[in-house]
Amino acid sequence: MILPGNTSCQGCPISLAMRCLDEIENPVLVIPAGCSTVVAGLHPNSAMKIPVIHVPFASTNAVACGVKEAYKRAGVKANVIAWIGDGAADIGFATLSASATRKDDIITVVVDNEAYMNTGTQASLSTFWKAKTSTSPAGKADERRDLALIMIAHKADYVATATVGYIEDLRRKFRKASQIEGFRFIQIHCPCPPGWRFPSEKTIEIARKAVMSGAWALFEFYDRKLRFSGIGKKFAEKDNRISLAEYLKAQGRFEHLRDEDILAIEKAIDEEWEILKRFSGE
Amino acid sequence: MDLEPIISRMKLGAAGETGTWRNYRPVINKELCNKCKTCFSYCPEGVISEEIEIDYRFCKGCGICKEMCRQKAIEMVQE
Repeated sequence: MILPGNTSCQGCPISLAMRCLDEIENPVLVIPAGCSTVVAGLHPNSAMKIPVIHVPFASTNAVACGVKEAYKRAGVKANVIAWIGDGAADIGFATLSASATRKDDIITVVVDNEAYMNTGTQASLSTFWKAKTSTSPAGKADERRDLALIMIAHKADYVATATVGYIEDLRRKFRKASQIEGFRFIQIHCPCPPGWRFPSEKTIEIARKAVMSGAWALFEFYDRKLRFSGIGKKFAEKDNRISLAEYLKAQGRFEHLRDEDILAIEKAIDEEWEILKRFSGE
Repeated sequence: MDLEPIISRMKLGAAGETGTWRNYRPVINKELCNKCKTCFSYCPEGVISEEIEIDYRFCKGCGICKEMCRQKAIEMVQE
């Protein structure tokens, strides 16, 4: 759904995720400020084969809701997608939360590159523990917010986490979301070569290492039940994971980490998995 | 109200011929390639066709195809 020759950086995961939109019938994108809005095209050109509405940060889900209602009344079958970054999920959280509570019939996609990449890698609430960003030069001290769990708490009709590392899994989740009615939410893990400081050819490798080390959990929530997805399932068991250091050391944003920092992060990750396992009942 | 000035139109190469950004050019060894289409699936730019031909006008040379190729049929050659 995106044409070659767009403005994305070399090895951009967002551009790759946008290619997967062809799994969804009649998509219409609503994009707030962020990398995605730049990737979608520089005026007067658009790199997208589908309608795109560029909107201010906090209004994304409200606009998407209105557009969907308008299409409904006009008798047009369209899948309206609020395509936001993790930064826009911070800034537009009130609208996102309200939209989920109203059960708007839209898909919300969060391309999570764990910082405000478009404006120069400032830390967002989704930024990984102790990651170096331009607003946390010594490593981020705060927690990482788990947006997907928050959406489950909103009793959304479909919640999934995905990654560009496993493209078939991502495409399946897009397909599944497009077949369900109601509020659907997909968070895609997007390793960003310039922001995380690794060579552009490593995007997929890093995305897979995140899953294999347990740093990114792949799951789906529908029919009031949480299920770990096929590829990610075995990494629920700690013994099957690769060492976290292998994932972290491949990225420049973690070059300052000492061994005890990695142990602390591992503990935080284990705690998140405990919560997820309790939810899934596995 | 005339909305035309604020509407963008679809264009192949919305940012121009992005192939000029490239430092390394991926070259496919057709003898080793078994057409598994992994490079086609993972190319962020979508410049590799299902017939495994690369559109060098827009390929930015990120090297993901080379990394993903299990046959090791893709080589990055300096421009």
